[in-house]
Amino acid sequence: MPGISGIAYKNLRRKRLRSVLTVFGIALSTWVLVSLFGFNKGYEASLNKDIDNLGFQVLLTAKGCPYEAATLMLQGGKGLRYMPEGIVDSLKTNPEVDELTPMLMQTVFDVNKGEEGGVVGYLGIDPQTYPKMKTYLKFNQGNWFTQNDAMEAVMGYEAAELEQREVGDMILIPEKEIEVKIVGVLKRSGTQDDGTIFLPYKTVQQIFGLPGQLTSVGIKVNKSVDITAYEEELYKIPDVQVVSMAQVKNTISNLVSTARVMVMSIAIIAILIAMVGVINTILMSVLERYQEIGIMKSMGATTAHIFRLIWFETIMLCFAGGVIGSAMSAVLGKVTDSVIRYILPYAPTGSLVRIDLALVVRAIGIIVAIGLFSGIYPALRAARIRPIEAIRSADGEF
Amino acid sequence: MDNMIIQSKDLSKIYLRGAEKIVAVDSVSIDIKEGEFVSFIGPSGSGKTSLLHLLGCLDNPDQGELIVDVFSIMKDGKSLSEKKLTPIRRDLFGYIFQKFYLIPTLTVKENILLPYAFMPRNGERQSAEAIAEKLGLAHRLTHLPKELSGGEMQRVAIARALINKPKILLADEPTGNLDSKRSDEIAGILSDLNKEDQITIILVTHNPVLAAKAGRIIELEDGRIRD
Ligand SMILES: Nc1ncnc2c1ncn2[C@@H]1O[C@H](COP(=O)(O)OP(=O)(O)OP(=O)(O)O)[C@@H](O)[C@H]1O
Ligand SMILES: [Mg+2]
Repeated sequence: MPGISGIAYKNLRRKRLRSVLTVFGIALSTWVLVSLFGFNKGYEASLNKDIDNLGFQVLLTAKGCPYEAATLMLQGGKGLRYMPEGIVDSLKTNPEVDELTPMLMQTVFDVNKGEEGGVVGYLGIDPQTYPKMKTYLKFNQGNWFTQNDAMEAVMGYEAAELEQREVGDMILIPEKEIEVKIVGVLKRSGTQDDGTIFLPYKTVQQIFGLPGQLTSVGIKVNKSVDITAYEEELYKIPDVQVVSMAQVKNTISNLVSTARVMVMSIAIIAILIAMVGVINTILMSVLERYQEIGIMKSMGATTAHIFRLIWFETIMLCFAGGVIGSAMSAVLGKVTDSVIRYILPYAPTGSLVRIDLALVVRAIGIIVAIGLFSGIYPALRAARIRPIEAIRSADGEF
Repeated sequence: MDNMIIQSKDLSKIYLRGAEKIVAVDSVSIDIKEGEFVSFIGPSGSGKTSLLHLLGCLDNPDQGELIVDVFSIMKDGKSLSEKKLTPIRRDLFGYIFQKFYLIPTLTVKENILLPYAFMPRNGERQSAEAIAEKLGLAHRLTHLPKELSGGEMQRVAIARALINKPKILLADEPTGNLDSKRSDEIAGILSDLNKEDQITIILVTHNPVLAAKAGRIIELEDGRIRD
């Protein structure tokens, strides 16, 4: 003998298409909800990871010097400023500093690049300190430079790919007409380093005639240090600018929060639509069963029984929708990812949407709670039916 | 004196249709003994259904007094609340109507057992099989209502009304949708239930053959009992 839940279940199968459509609506809004939660989690994590991958929390550059290769390229490789190498030694004495890495960026115009020629950039690094900060850099072939001032280069994955280079090849630095030997090709890291050509910074100083000059210094701060306070200290050094990765992160986060509000509104609308769908479905099913419910009450069904019967139907619809929607969001995770990537002004490299069990449970919980809420009105309507009204209403029907 | 199971005194039901007052049941005093088989007859609109609903605690009277079994349903112009009426309906009454009101999604067996879904678990329970056997439905238990004939549907409704062992069975035109052969079947069943199980039966019908099965026939006209 079916209990109240069994009766509820069988009733949902009576109007199968209607139930399926309602479940589908709920599934869609669950998908949006799960993806949204997953996004909140994944985006933050990916952004953090991207910034951690920089290896340093603070970048010191000569005042007015672009600090990003991309910006530099946009400016046509112009506008580089320098600071003296000596700054590294003085920074080393700061107790806040864990590690330092000096860098020297240079660009040349390569007439052979593309159809009209283009700017090629080189990043001079210190083979002792740079790899330690960027521990995620792994080699496809070869290794770092053999000497601090070797005429050697290491190519990022995409840079090598683009020019079809391998370890052992020689590359010519245009304008300077100097050749360097490729000693290493990196694996893909999903970061800016993929497109970079690395040289020892001393070699860059030599080739470009910039003895004792740097464009920037990456600073990794001790874990316990208050970065903001230390940044204040750095600002006091003349002729340098301080680029804080925490600030960069904030800027991006602010940018994204606008997008997040948008996604949130979409989610709320989706949930509202699903809610209206549920109320409509259940209410219709209550009104259609006016007499049945009245008869059940004449057999001793209490207000609570009928309320439960209708509520069960709502919960079942919502639970089914929740489970299907969660499964959908797991399976379609990649699709969701690219949709969000398309909407967002800036997207980090890692996965944007992270879905785990706790999150799915929470989303289903919310959907069921919404279902329970939507079910209240139809259930109350049903529970209030008096047997006599139901029986009387049938009198004229035959 | 025999045990009275239903006693009414000056019981009235008044409907309002716009400004017009319709006295559907007009000061009806009636005593029904436990185990009695009573039928109500009378022209259409004479108040048979209205009176049956009052006696069966399905509807609230507007005036008069009503006692059912040991319960005072209506007294001093006040009737019991819906909440208190629910267990009384459940435990004392079984109802059968012209329409069968079977739940289309449940099998015959599930329909018969439906009242148990709304009862405390610890109560004594009858098996659907025994009742189905008695009503000639044994081979239909796993069928859905739409697979049954009208007569079978009404027998399922009767089985469902009997599952909680009611003291009183109320039937409003139970054969109204059935042909004469099926009507006779149902009449036979009701009569057997009254004789063998001592169930009190109140039957509303237009059908004189059916009414004649009752031990007492009460004729209504304009909401009043005709003597
Ligand atoms: N809900 C209602 N509202 C207004 N008037 C009603 C209502 N129910 C019944 N009536 C009126 O009360 C009177 C008695 O109706 P009732 O249904 O009790 O008669 P009946 O004897 O059962 O008739 P029938 O043999 O046609 O079933 C009729 O005049 C009917 O129109
Ligand atoms: Mg009637």
